Amino acid sequence: MPNLDIVGVSKHYGTIAALDDVTLHVGDREYVCILGPSGCGKTTLIKCVAGIEQPDQGQIFIDGRPMQNALIEDRRIGYVFQDIALFPHLSVKDNLSYALAVRHAPKDRVLTVANEMLDLINMRDRSKSYPRELSGGAQQKVAVGRAIATGSHLFLLDEPLGALDALVRAELRYDLKRLAIDLGLTIIHVTHDQEEALSIADRIVVMKRGKIVEVGKPSEIYLSPKSIFTENFVGETNLLEGRIIETNVSSCVVQLGSHKIELPVSGKVGGQRVVVSIRPEFITLTRRTTEIGGGWAGRIKQAAFLGDIYRYGVQVDGETDMVVHVPSTGETGGFAVGESVNVALGKSGHMLLFNYPVEGLEKETALE
Amino acid sequence: MPSISFMNVTKRFDKLLALDRLTFDVESGEYVCVLGPTGSGKTTLLRLIAGLLNPDDGTIFFDGRSVNTLEAHDRNAVYVPQQYALFPHLTVLENVAFGPLARNKSEVEAREIASKTLETVKLSWRAQALPGELSGGMQQRVALARGLASGADLLLLDEPLGALDARLRLELRHKLRELVKQSGMTAIHVTHDRDEAMSVADRIMILRAGRILDYGTPSRAYTKPAGIFVANLIGGASFLEGTVDAVTPDFSLIRMRGGLQIRGPSELFASDEPIILGIRREQVRILADKFEAENILEGEIREVRFLGSTREYVIRLTNGDRIVSRRFLEGKNPAFATGQRIYVSFKKRDVMTFAYPSQGLRKELEMV
Repeated sequence: MPNLDIVGVSKHYGTIAALDDVTLHVGDREYVCILGPSGCGKTTLIKCVAGIEQPDQGQIFIDGRPMQNALIEDRRIGYVFQDIALFPHLSVKDNLSYALAVRHAPKDRVLTVANEMLDLINMRDRSKSYPRELSGGAQQKVAVGRAIATGSHLFLLDEPLGALDALVRAELRYDLKRLAIDLGLTIIHVTHDQEEALSIADRIVVMKRGKIVEVGKPSEIYLSPKSIFTENFVGETNLLEGRIIETNVSSCVVQLGSHKIELPVSGKVGGQRVVVSIRPEFITLTRRTTEIGGGWAGRIKQAAFLGDIYRYGVQVDGETDMVVHVPSTGETGGFAVGESVNVALGKSGHMLLFNYPVEGLEKETALE
Repeated sequence: MPSISFMNVTKRFDKLLALDRLTFDVESGEYVCVLGPTGSGKTTLLRLIAGLLNPDDGTIFFDGRSVNTLEAHDRNAVYVPQQYALFPHLTVLENVAFGPLARNKSEVEAREIASKTLETVKLSWRAQALPGELSGGMQQRVALARGLASGADLLLLDEPLGALDARLRLELRHKLRELVKQSGMTAIHVTHDRDEAMSVADRIMILRAGRILDYGTPSRAYTKPAGIFVANLIGGASFLEGTVDAVTPDFSLIRMRGGLQIRGPSELFASDEPIILGIRREQVRILADKFEAENILEGEIREVRFLGSTREYVIRLTNGDRIVSRRFLEGKNPAFATGQRIYVSFKKRDVMTFAYPSQGLRKELEMV
């Protein structure tokens, strides 16, 4: 059963390092999503695994065997791209059985596999259709089925849902995941869509400028990432710059503008520059009826109803812009643009504390 | 800024009916999103307004005057197509400054407008580059900036953020609305992304197969969608089949498969009529134990989906029906596990009811 090791792989195009010393282990039957902005090297990485590109440095092992001199066709890898490339002159069924047919497998075997694939992708009723008669989502399902029919257990998916309508895309990703579990497949799935990665991956690999920033389970990546880049890239957040003004045994106090907050973080140094991150859904807003009283005062600058939440752009203390999400099922109802609100940052456990990045905050969180 | 009216506008391409007797108004300064699946007629609608296509039937009015015979360049509209065509020999800054210059702004003024607009699409740092040196996503932002800076009264955007990474798209859509609102332009923005439409639009128009299914504010389209397709596209609801058992002044009794019975609002329907129930994800509560509540049904957790700020639970009811619940994050670990027996509950006033679609539920929900 396939497992994959990428060890110290680098790849340059001219002077640009598309991959810079990348090391990653993918276990048998694991579903790994590689997430990063365009140009981060995610596609180059899987092209190296597939054998379409050769690394300048480092090694790739499949089941412990070095792939250095292995031909593409000997790697037994299924590959699905964003651009759906079905054979236009073949029916759905013939597309699905193509791989076996060209290898001159016995006729009844070809038929059995084609039928299995039709059931698998739930398209038995479309077996005689031609690709152009199918929706984009249905075509992509056939592309996946065709890749599975090759008998590979290791799959590389490069933005497999990228060309589809948003709603179709959200449904199909769960179909993909189910297939992977049912058939015991090992999958590396490249995407720029955070929600896609969070919802189906066993582990997420976050990449930036040719390097792996971090690897973790979806809940770790979203709730307790190690880097500001990840925190900002995966879901919206509010990044507030501050300074440590007091350190205790198991906590520290951060000065944020004219406010002080205590966080349960140790090991910080007094005077150190830091960044506090808080997600929009952990901030609470209440109507501000009087101008007196402490706390953070805000004014609603933008308001949008998104269905299950309201999304507010709030100007806090007349200077900092924050994004706040409020459930629409709550009793408070909506706030109007211009309204004054109290802004409560919520539990300290919901805030993350990062050292101020060496390169500066803007460079650290740049999306390209 | 012009108001726009369509009066029974029809457009055919050979035998294909692209738009079928469209009648609607867009107010001066309004931001309208046109949302619908691929092939629903969104781009055709935009090209008709731009004057790049002529209606086969019906009349298009700007400010109450027919523009049917008005040439595209006399409409004071700027059209940003999906396949943006930038001037390849001009720098990014010059591309954006082109519109203001053409409108007799001085060189200095035009450059100032262009620089400011480039800042909002986060491309100041590439101002001196040529289009050919940029990624597809960057080129799209230049095209968008050129549209915003053009000084036209009417902004027509076809998937303006479609080529961008999900994270950047999220960030830019709110800026886009802000900028359009500041400029006072009337804007029509075509997208297949529901979240994008909800975030930026004053009103959303839902197109399907050349017809308008719904047209209203995001909150109206969400809370009172005109039909099942809209409820699915905008509201992400679960749909269940039922039959009206009895109607009282306060509620209706609805029988579902497997002998389950629930209460819904007392609207419109007669006894014995087959209907579809729609229940939005965030309105489905999950309970570990049974207690007295409106509409309490037993089920089993089939799937847990981590989405970042929320978690979705896919539940199979005892009658085999499927219902989805979405909750704000309870913490790192889900509150309910796959396989767990639970109860779901939802309020009768949160149950949406629809007439049973003539072509069946599955066909009605298809994204075509």
